[in-house]
Amino acid sequence: MINKKGAALGLIIFLIVITGCGVAQKQTTGTQTSDQVVRYNLGAEPETLDPAKMTGMVEGTVANALFEGLVRYDDANRPQPGIAAEWHISDDGLIYTFRLRDAKWSNGDPVTAEDFRFSWLRVLNPDTASDYAYQLYYVKGAEEYNSGRGTAEDVAVKAKDAHTLEVTLKAPARQFLGLTAFQTLMPVNRQTVTKNPDWYTSPVNYVGNGPFLLKTWEHKQKITLVKNPNYWAAGDVKLDKLEIYLLEDDNTAYTMYKTGRLDFVERTPAQEIALKKNDADFRIFPDLSAEIYWFNTQRKPLDSPKVRKALAMSIDRAAIVEHVTQAGEKPAYAWVPFGFTEEPAPADFRETGGNRYFTEDAAAARSLLAEAGYPGGSGFPKLTLQFNSNERHRKTAEAIQEMWRQNLGIEIALAPKEWQVYMADQAAMNYDISRSGWGPDYLDPMTFMDVFLSGGGNNITGWSNSRYDSLIAQANGTGDNSLRMKAMHEAEAVLMDEMPVMPLYFYVNDNLIRENIQGIIVPPFGTYADFRNAYVE
Amino acid sequence: MAEYIMHRLVNSLLGLLTIATLVFFLMHAVPGGPFASEKKLPPEIIQNLNARYHLDQPLWKQYSDYMGGLFRGDFGPSFKYPDRTVNELIREGFPISATLGIAAICIAVTVGCSLGIFAALNHNKWQDFLAVGLAALNYSIPGFVMAPLLIYVFSLKLGWFPPAMWGTAEHLVLPTLALAAGPTAFIAALMRSSMLEVLRQDYIRTALAKGLSKKAVIYRHGIRNALIPVIAYLGPMTASVLTGSFVIEKVFAIPGLGEYFVTSITNRDYTVIMGVTLFYSAILLAINFIIDIVFVLVDPRINLKGSGRLKG
Repeated sequence: MINKKGAALGLIIFLIVITGCGVAQKQTTGTQTSDQVVRYNLGAEPETLDPAKMTGMVEGTVANALFEGLVRYDDANRPQPGIAAEWHISDDGLIYTFRLRDAKWSNGDPVTAEDFRFSWLRVLNPDTASDYAYQLYYVKGAEEYNSGRGTAEDVAVKAKDAHTLEVTLKAPARQFLGLTAFQTLMPVNRQTVTKNPDWYTSPVNYVGNGPFLLKTWEHKQKITLVKNPNYWAAGDVKLDKLEIYLLEDDNTAYTMYKTGRLDFVERTPAQEIALKKNDADFRIFPDLSAEIYWFNTQRKPLDSPKVRKALAMSIDRAAIVEHVTQAGEKPAYAWVPFGFTEEPAPADFRETGGNRYFTEDAAAARSLLAEAGYPGGSGFPKLTLQFNSNERHRKTAEAIQEMWRQNLGIEIALAPKEWQVYMADQAAMNYDISRSGWGPDYLDPMTFMDVFLSGGGNNITGWSNSRYDSLIAQANGTGDNSLRMKAMHEAEAVLMDEMPVMPLYFYVNDNLIRENIQGIIVPPFGTYADFRNAYVE
Repeated sequence: MAEYIMHRLVNSLLGLLTIATLVFFLMHAVPGGPFASEKKLPPEIIQNLNARYHLDQPLWKQYSDYMGGLFRGDFGPSFKYPDRTVNELIREGFPISATLGIAAICIAVTVGCSLGIFAALNHNKWQDFLAVGLAALNYSIPGFVMAPLLIYVFSLKLGWFPPAMWGTAEHLVLPTLALAAGPTAFIAALMRSSMLEVLRQDYIRTALAKGLSKKAVIYRHGIRNALIPVIAYLGPMTASVLTGSFVIEKVFAIPGLGEYFVTSITNRDYTVIMGVTLFYSAILLAINFIIDIVFVLVDPRINLKGSGRLKG
């Protein structure tokens, strides 16, 4: 009898707790917004909202909404007038004169040339310890000031009057104009910064000059921006509000999108791509990055170009992009990705050079390996392939391990590593074969090509080639664009013939964006998205 | 009792000091650093960064500076989020993690105990098997499976609760259930076996023999004694709920402190690693301390003056 009562009591408590969970239940249906509001997931908490200290694409994306540099990129990746209405570049490519338009800060102050000078010197001040200060090293005197060997006065940035900014470079650098669009070179309001050094940590004191204003910042949750009425082109801005979510987990963001709580998410979870890829809201944009494997050319047998080429020729890239990555990546048979403009004729550098510096041919690869002294893979030492622990990198590495085993008869060990250990081993050249995703710093093939200069800081393969070096020097030394491109094409041929790096595939940028949202620019590098012209239909 | 408390307090502080020292030198021994990046930064830039964060000084100097700050209650600035101090991160994140943790512990204790008692009273009947089966199932499903499962059913399919983020009571429900699942099951199993054992004791038989009603015996003698192992488990459970919240906070995008526990290590954010580790250690030491005191009050068998078996 008591047993029954006890049972009843237990059951009641159990049920109360279970149903108690339902007390808070209220239907929160995903509302499709009809107003001019976009809810976008940025994917991480910005490390800072001070443009001088920003580094990554996360921060750059927010900066692009809150600020405007001298120029701003359009949807065809061309620098267009931003705060600078026009500019003049001297014939020797050294002196840039920017004519600033009548623009205002969000607090109503005019944006002046002095603001730019002040901001750039602030970035270069060694005490600021800006990671990206080197973006300004093209300017005469900048590197000296930043490294403590020069003074602020010797940095060649002059505010000739309120509307004229004159910049002198230490050597011609065609990429400089485009760099003025990026976060490091964005202006900050001099009065605000001087008066309140912590101005960028809270929306209350925040002053920008971009299309949007910082309204709220809930750490690790959400940043809310509203239209900036003081933006010089406020008439072009159609969104009233931009909600930037800071959710790190791709699956979580995807669920939020599916339940109608987000309008725009990046990086569809791998297991969902196959289901989503034919839907209209699955939108693919170009990306200027490449997935590659570095070879340590200082280690045997990878010191032999024949071995390196045999490895590159004996894998099936189409199978990898089709079955592992799945989002429509392109197999890569060259170093520089698609999307860089070939000048002077408007063409694509990759199209002109072709994506076929080598072919996939298992038989030819086997004979190269035999020529190098390893017929049928016999006697080939067991190399290690390292990658940063990640589902996709592991699957790719396992596929390649199997392809090499079948096609060349060699065994490779896989070494997944924690991110920092992986970077440290890579920098110390403590590896045989190592993966990377490589992206550009600016919109010119040179950003890829100069990686392999002998002794270059990012040349972690130990490879060096005097002909390559002289071709790159030739390209950097000429003002003639067709000669420049020709030299770079030749250098790429040398590189692919020697194969210190094995290209795997060129990335694509896949996003889920609601069909009724238009006008968002998804650039191929640098930032995730520009919302200046976005609108809801 | 006062002597015992003093003794425990000193031991705890020494423990914290040891943890601080060990973690400090271990994290500096691991490869990488807060400013490592795949693309190499120019040496001047690294030098400026190291100078700003005093990483260019010898390790013993960094250690003594850090410990100095620690005694003033200053955990220093975060390297990864340069505008924020570790104190700020803890101040903002911990109340959120604590809310989640306390909610989960309350559910685990009430549901776990009820289920355990219910099973024990129906020993070897179908109710018992059902309860034990439920508990085993809950216990064996890890948080990173339970969380997406709950989201799929209650958010994606039924639309009852938001799938992620923080702010309202509704946001609390799914992460609390996900976090409570394991400990609930463990407490149920613990309570069941403890209850079964207690019910076989002589004093229960004595109580019944002297004519007390079965109900009174169970409530007055049975449950109170059976709770002792559950109380002992509260310490380790708090630890597992706190550290286990990492996965839950990540999946549900909750801006708590649990996530820093893991991400700070990936980022080699030295000050955050130290701050979070020490903060959690202090909490765990405090909880164990309180539980030991509660023990003394609850368990009539413990006599500090006599045997001193709980010392140390």
